[in-house]
Amino acid sequence: MWNYTDKVKDYFFNPKNAGVLEGADGVGEVGSISCGDALRLMIKVDPETQIITDARFQTFGCGSAIASSSALTEIVIGKTIDEARTITNQDIADFLGGLPPEKMHCSVMGHEALIAAIANYTGEELADDDHEEGALICKCFGVDEGMLDRAVRGNRLTTIEQVTAYTKAGGSCKTCFEKIEEKLADINAAMVAEGLLKAEEAYVYGGAAPVSAPAPAASGLIQISPLAEGAKKAQAAAPAMTNLQKIMVIQAAIEELRPHLQADGGDIELVDVDGDSVFVKLVGACAGCQMSAVTIQGVQQALIDKIGRPLRVIPHEARRFA
Amino acid sequence: MSGPTGIYLDNNATTRVDPRVVEEMLPFFSEHFGNPSSIHSFGAEVGGKMREARARVAALLGAAHDTEIVFTSGGTESNNTAILSALKVAPDRREIITSAVEHPAVLEVCRHLAKHEGYTLHVVPVDAQGRLDIEAYKAALSPRVAVVSIMWANNETGTIFPVEALADMAKEHGILFHTDAVQAVGKVPVRLAETSIDMLSLSGHKLHAPKGVGALYVRRGIRFRPLLRGGHQERERRAGTENTTAIIGLGKAAELALVHMDHENTAVKALRDKLEKALLDSVGHCFVTGNIHDRLPNTTTIAFEYIEGEGILLFLSRVGIAASSGSACTSGSLEPSHVLRAMGVPFTAAHGAIRFSLSRETTEAEIDQVIATVPEIIGRLRTLSPYWDGDAPRAEAFKPEYA
Repeated sequence: MWNYTDKVKDYFFNPKNAGVLEGADGVGEVGSISCGDALRLMIKVDPETQIITDARFQTFGCGSAIASSSALTEIVIGKTIDEARTITNQDIADFLGGLPPEKMHCSVMGHEALIAAIANYTGEELADDDHEEGALICKCFGVDEGMLDRAVRGNRLTTIEQVTAYTKAGGSCKTCFEKIEEKLADINAAMVAEGLLKAEEAYVYGGAAPVSAPAPAASGLIQISPLAEGAKKAQAAAPAMTNLQKIMVIQAAIEELRPHLQADGGDIELVDVDGDSVFVKLVGACAGCQMSAVTIQGVQQALIDKIGRPLRVIPHEARRFA
Repeated sequence: MSGPTGIYLDNNATTRVDPRVVEEMLPFFSEHFGNPSSIHSFGAEVGGKMREARARVAALLGAAHDTEIVFTSGGTESNNTAILSALKVAPDRREIITSAVEHPAVLEVCRHLAKHEGYTLHVVPVDAQGRLDIEAYKAALSPRVAVVSIMWANNETGTIFPVEALADMAKEHGILFHTDAVQAVGKVPVRLAETSIDMLSLSGHKLHAPKGVGALYVRRGIRFRPLLRGGHQERERRAGTENTTAIIGLGKAAELALVHMDHENTAVKALRDKLEKALLDSVGHCFVTGNIHDRLPNTTTIAFEYIEGEGILLFLSRVGIAASSGSACTSGSLEPSHVLRAMGVPFTAAHGAIRFSLSRETTEAEIDQVIATVPEIIGRLRTLSPYWDGDAPRAEAFKPEYA
């Protein structure tokens, strides 16, 4: 069974703000019955102050879906509409003391319901959004089928190594290797059928190498990292930097991180910076360590925090794919 | 360490090891620990006890010969071995027949073979009661088919398939017939010697033996290729030093299953029927899934509409009742049970399907307590549901969309 926190259990067994809110000013209905999740969020807003004075929910879903819905109502009550817009699905998960990786989509559904309810209140049109969808593929980095599909299509990925470099899926324990292989072959086959990829470039299940590695699409990277939200937030606040300034800041940040890695007998070197891609070399105990992908992930988060820009940290060995 | 207490109605997932089985096994850990292949006295007693276990399993299956029993690590290994063996011994036959409601240990194997090894797969559909489409089955039979793998009884709904008749039909085309009987063995009488079934999988932990042991019945005279090589054990059909203690436990469990077969089909069935009727009477908007006229005596799966199964299980678990669900959320996938979907059960009901599976250890007091507990839980969750309004489904359909 799931390892739910006590707070998740409490919000499931004794949900707050459940039921219909009569005379709601904004209603958001999201979910899909086929997936077994559906949520209606109702909010009341003070027209003078724009403060959400009350919120209620009705949810068809599992324990964490009900807990996430209830947590969402607690979070938004008392906030202004503008404040509520800044709430992320991670805020919902954090409020509950965390959710199992397979259940993060419950917090995503809550976030979407909030956006829908606010849009309903203000009369805005909702843009199409890439919500998480599909079964979880890589547990280490929380990559699901939908993210994989977008990354493979958006960047014309045709090898397992590329998939790992772009999404991190399979970058740590590798137990999802066969699932990635299967998905990549399926998506590539579909792309071939749609005329988006040449048949000889497509990945074939079992690892038959493509005849020639295709160049990634000219369009910009599709940021699908689990850190995307944080990166976006950070980006908004950051002033523009010249390339040289950026490289210097990155170099300084890496210097700060080195003592931590050196303490474990490893080290890290900055190899290059290309746009938002930072190429590094792990050395010493870090090189070939099974946890190197986790290390890279940690370095990436630290750099994003310091520099306030979305960045991708890539092992330089993977450069030919990037 | 004391175990959890409560009412255990999840016996199709696994059963408690019978204390008499444990007692039978204990001397074979530290006292009679020898390798049955050894010539010395340490191995001798173990070999004798294994022969007894084989005879007991053969008796439970109504097999003609003890040597038709191959001990394995469980149902999944037995299923994989049977299907792969059947394909290898008939290389010119490139088709496989199975059903839409098989356990993944059969269905995923077949799908993998179809997708990656070029086999043609016929997946026979079922109707709304979970009954096999016999016409579709007949239409798929041909000399091009290497193996049929169709379960004896379904793990989710308990629905029993007419495997003896299906095996006869397959035989006319020279097709090997395998049945995954992990849910049926020990619950319904099996007389393999009188059938055309070529291979049958069983699992120890579904019949009060330990986990990690099972058996594959391989009819004498059929061609066979092992999955595991590298040893003469099990007449070279399954290499590897035998899991002797577990096999001895499985033998004892098989003997006990035969003793309790009548009880299973009278007393256990009566408790199941009582539970089912009481819940249908007291909770509105729910229904039994599967073929109620021909199913396992211990199983009922009730679909409670407009709510999701994990929530029901969490509430049940809080009051000490263990059951299971066909809902997506308990498995980590996003699709509800493939069995219920194959039967055309709507999503609003499939997600709320709860399986209660009893055993010979279930008591009437336990059933009465479940009957007294469930309606309140269902009512409570329905008050949270956007599909529900007051005491009935909402008049206007709730049709949300992802933003």
